[in-house]
Amino acid sequence: MSTTAELLKQASELFPDEVVTSAHVRHFDLPQGAGRFALITLDNGHDHTKPTTFGPASLANLNAAIDQVEKEAADGEIVGVGITGKPFIFAVGADLKGVEILKEYEHALAIGKGGHEVFKRLSKLAVPTFAYYNGAAMGGGVEVGLHCTYRTVSAALPAFSLPEVFLGLVPGWGGCTLLPNLIGPEKAVSVIIENSLNQNKQLKGKQVYELGIADAIFEGADFLEQSLIWTASVLKGELEIERPVIDRGEAWDQAVAKGRFIADSKVHGAAPAAYRALDIIAAAKNGDLQQGYDAEDKALADLIMGGELRAGIYAFNLVQKRGKRPAGAPDKNLARPVTKVGVVGAGLMASQLALLFLRRLEVPVVLTDIDQERVDKGVGYVHAEIDKLLAKGRINQDKANRLKALVTGVLDKAEGFADADFIIEAVFEEMGVKQKVFAEVEAVAPAHAILATNTSSLSVSEMASKLKHPERVVGFHFFNPVAVLPLLEIVRGEQTDDASLATAFGVAKKLKKTAVLVKDAPAFVVNRILTRFMGEIQNVIDEGTPVEVAEKAVEPLGLPMSPLVLLELVGPAIGLHVSETLNRAFPDRFTVSPNLKAVVEAGKRGFYVYDSGKPELDPEVAALLKQGDSVLTEEQVRDRVLDAVAQEIGLMLDEGVVAEAQDIDLCLITGAGWPFHLGGITPYLDREGVSERVNGKKFLAPGVASVPA
Amino acid sequence: MPRTVRDVVFVDGVRTPFGKAGPKGIYHETRADDLVVKAIRELLRRNPGLDPKKIDEVAIAATTQIGDQGLTIGRTAGILAGLPQSVPGYSIDRMCAGALTAVTTVAGSVAFGAYDIAIAGGVEHMGRHPMGEGVDPNPRFVSEKLVDESALFMGMTAENLHDRYPQITKLRADEYAVRSQEKAAKAYANGKIQADLVPISVRRTNPEGGETGWGLVTADEPMRPGTTLENLSGLKTPFRVHGRVTAGNAAGLNDGATASLIASEEFAREHDLPVKMRLVSYSFAGVEPEVMGYGPIPATEKALAQAGLSISDIGLFEINEAFAVQVLAFLDHYGIADDDERVNQYGGAIAFGHPLASSGVRLMTQLARQFEEQPHVRYGLTTMCVGFGMGATVIWENPHFEGDK
Repeated sequence: MSTTAELLKQASELFPDEVVTSAHVRHFDLPQGAGRFALITLDNGHDHTKPTTFGPASLANLNAAIDQVEKEAADGEIVGVGITGKPFIFAVGADLKGVEILKEYEHALAIGKGGHEVFKRLSKLAVPTFAYYNGAAMGGGVEVGLHCTYRTVSAALPAFSLPEVFLGLVPGWGGCTLLPNLIGPEKAVSVIIENSLNQNKQLKGKQVYELGIADAIFEGADFLEQSLIWTASVLKGELEIERPVIDRGEAWDQAVAKGRFIADSKVHGAAPAAYRALDIIAAAKNGDLQQGYDAEDKALADLIMGGELRAGIYAFNLVQKRGKRPAGAPDKNLARPVTKVGVVGAGLMASQLALLFLRRLEVPVVLTDIDQERVDKGVGYVHAEIDKLLAKGRINQDKANRLKALVTGVLDKAEGFADADFIIEAVFEEMGVKQKVFAEVEAVAPAHAILATNTSSLSVSEMASKLKHPERVVGFHFFNPVAVLPLLEIVRGEQTDDASLATAFGVAKKLKKTAVLVKDAPAFVVNRILTRFMGEIQNVIDEGTPVEVAEKAVEPLGLPMSPLVLLELVGPAIGLHVSETLNRAFPDRFTVSPNLKAVVEAGKRGFYVYDSGKPELDPEVAALLKQGDSVLTEEQVRDRVLDAVAQEIGLMLDEGVVAEAQDIDLCLITGAGWPFHLGGITPYLDREGVSERVNGKKFLAPGVASVPA
Repeated sequence: MPRTVRDVVFVDGVRTPFGKAGPKGIYHETRADDLVVKAIRELLRRNPGLDPKKIDEVAIAATTQIGDQGLTIGRTAGILAGLPQSVPGYSIDRMCAGALTAVTTVAGSVAFGAYDIAIAGGVEHMGRHPMGEGVDPNPRFVSEKLVDESALFMGMTAENLHDRYPQITKLRADEYAVRSQEKAAKAYANGKIQADLVPISVRRTNPEGGETGWGLVTADEPMRPGTTLENLSGLKTPFRVHGRVTAGNAAGLNDGATASLIASEEFAREHDLPVKMRLVSYSFAGVEPEVMGYGPIPATEKALAQAGLSISDIGLFEINEAFAVQVLAFLDHYGIADDDERVNQYGGAIAFGHPLASSGVRLMTQLARQFEEQPHVRYGLTTMCVGFGMGATVIWENPHFEGDK
């Protein structure tokens, strides 16, 4: 038994639950008399809904398959070796569950070494090797092919990526080293860094070919046949494969520098993975593969033992799993069908909601408002958006006709809502107004209709309290921009019944939103935490800390934007309004900043001007600010802000606003764009010691979003 | 509106290698529609001068039009093969003569002027769709004695044919079968078959069939080169105790697909497409269902009469070997020797296999090769027997014919 085999055997003992991938070896004669060929098929024995992955036992299987073909190649029994996947799937890389359970640095190092030891054998056989990317290929799946002499790709391949940096790893089974040496550093940086940090963007087959990762592309219908015929031509010397010469001069350094710029703009230095990958890409310039593999091993081990990756995997699982099966949602069989939707209000928010319901549910959507002009404007907005989709080719003319015919506007609620199953209001954010609207709707709507409110901070229970049937009222809180942010906070009022709630979750799923069940508590989840966070920033500014110090203090978190830029996006007036609401609910923790009030009263839309191309404090705002004389350091500011956030989350969990800390994180990731490397926020608060400092305990058990104990 | 009948030509034909039906067969985990789709794609690849938009029809035959052979497979296969959506398609069924009927049907439409060029082919995955799957024969067949009960079982009809022609003994049938295997092996050795095969990737997950994973099929699976009389003499006669029909002197149960391009000669010449055979006449005939193997004889009589030809004008025969007895009945009728070299030069279905509705185009593809090599031959015919008592014959002219040199 080779040392690689021993290494993998030991590793597989740590991971008894691995879904093991087989590496089937099958022999046949190539067309055109090109000779006997051995084809390895990677297959975990499940259908395409469970993609093939590599854990230690899977790698051991591939290693054994390579033992076999290596001997056959050496003995002259075969002319080439190919590797491909089961239908629709090539291989999607390392099994993340196997990474999550690792506790020791040595074991983490072994994961990297194990993959390298197996994969690189494919480049050292006595015959050429061919990867046939027949279906989805990610991470280690992509990398196993990079070790081969040649590659073909299916034009039908839907997803190809090196998503490691997105999760908090580096492509560490050869990706960082081989890819720049194959397609040049600029394209490699684009695949490894840019796509990963751009919400894990996937490449399609055509792009894989155009980037030069694959030497040939064939249509899906007979991809493997054509790949094998092509292989025969290559082996017979009838086809010569030309690859571009790579510029190993200054262009290499520039590409890496560009990668650093991209990483800075996305994670602001707060997460190490992109930078570690760039270091390896930079070093790959000298073409020394083994040196690169060693660096990959070390980077993998360091990252696997670090909090950012664990938070990244935790966040990935939240979005992929918990986001699709909301905790606490009632039995989905209780949900009632929704065949017509009513929208009260025809303003911008209401019109955006109408468009979303229309596109996803494809049922009649009727808008109402207080005068015909507003109604016409709302319907006109939806029509214009449909035209934009048509112009972009996102929908065809038939679909545009269908959607336009489905949206109508009426003044008379009785006419519009008499047969609606789901009615959502998006009128002015004031309790009296909303109660009146719901009373009017209840008078005309069918008895079973759901009454939903898009309120961001008012009590859903109070809104329902004066109705005859308060059990059918639910909160349905979207995040702006509605079309972009996935989160939908579904609020259960005190009297909301299971059928209504189930219907709301059913609608959310059809809207393709990430639904999280929250209690009817002031400002629900995201706005409450963001307001506490912003409020603390505002407090330290009011007390005397310079604006730029307060802003820089939270840079190490790598949030998508700085607090004051976020305030500008939300609108200072709305920010002020929410802080006033929360101040009424929790006066001891939520303040109303006099400076913010002054800024709003002065009609300013934000704190910054951008005349120089980058944000600078607006002198008119600076003149308005009245600050105290308590000046904090960045670290002190950061501690105060994080302490406040940890305290607030602790209280929210005590109040039962959501079921678990996981829901808080899911909300922050999908509703505020808080990054994977923070895991939302609670994994970060735990690993930085904030949770224990403030609440005396961690939010998450060890191993949930951290290295297991 | 005055019309002129147009000459119709066989432009090109391809097929998948044929497989043995059943759990160990090469195509056990391969869909039927994928087989015919790959044949169509190969046909288009081989004829790059043909703009797919110009194809007027896709006629695909299958006997059991269920599941992956259902859903109007002519239309679905066109879409799956990547043909433009504007190209229509339909399905055809005449059991074993399905692909042959697809060819004659589109040929009729070409002659009439409705089409310029069409795809005609067939598929039968007898592993996924065994003969008789889902059939529901009307009870009147039996109660009113419309057909003998044996009519539904092809092997029994072959035994019945032996009864009708006592001179066709089991020995003659076995000798014929041995020659078919020999000729097929020789044709393979000489590379006559492979050029018209499209390689098919096949997946195997059950190790009982052999190595697992993806493989590539480039040759017919049913072939048994080296078969001897001794091998055949001991085989069971499953259709009748002490009968004559065995697995050795009949075609097996098989999986496979074929596709051909049929065009007006004018269109083919204009678009620089090959003209491999020119259609002379075609005919179908019905006979007593319980001796369906007799069918090729009246069908050929009719086709010869239409063409104003006699059997002596036919220089090459491609007769589908569903059963050796049925070929021998045909040869006896016309006074042709069992080993006449004009007959099935490359061997036949006894060696290659007979995936029912696909076989007709295999006969044509092989005849087209023989025409090319033998320009002294002017006419050839393709003929086959068909279940429920039918025969089908197409007479072709060799465009390479060089006159009586």
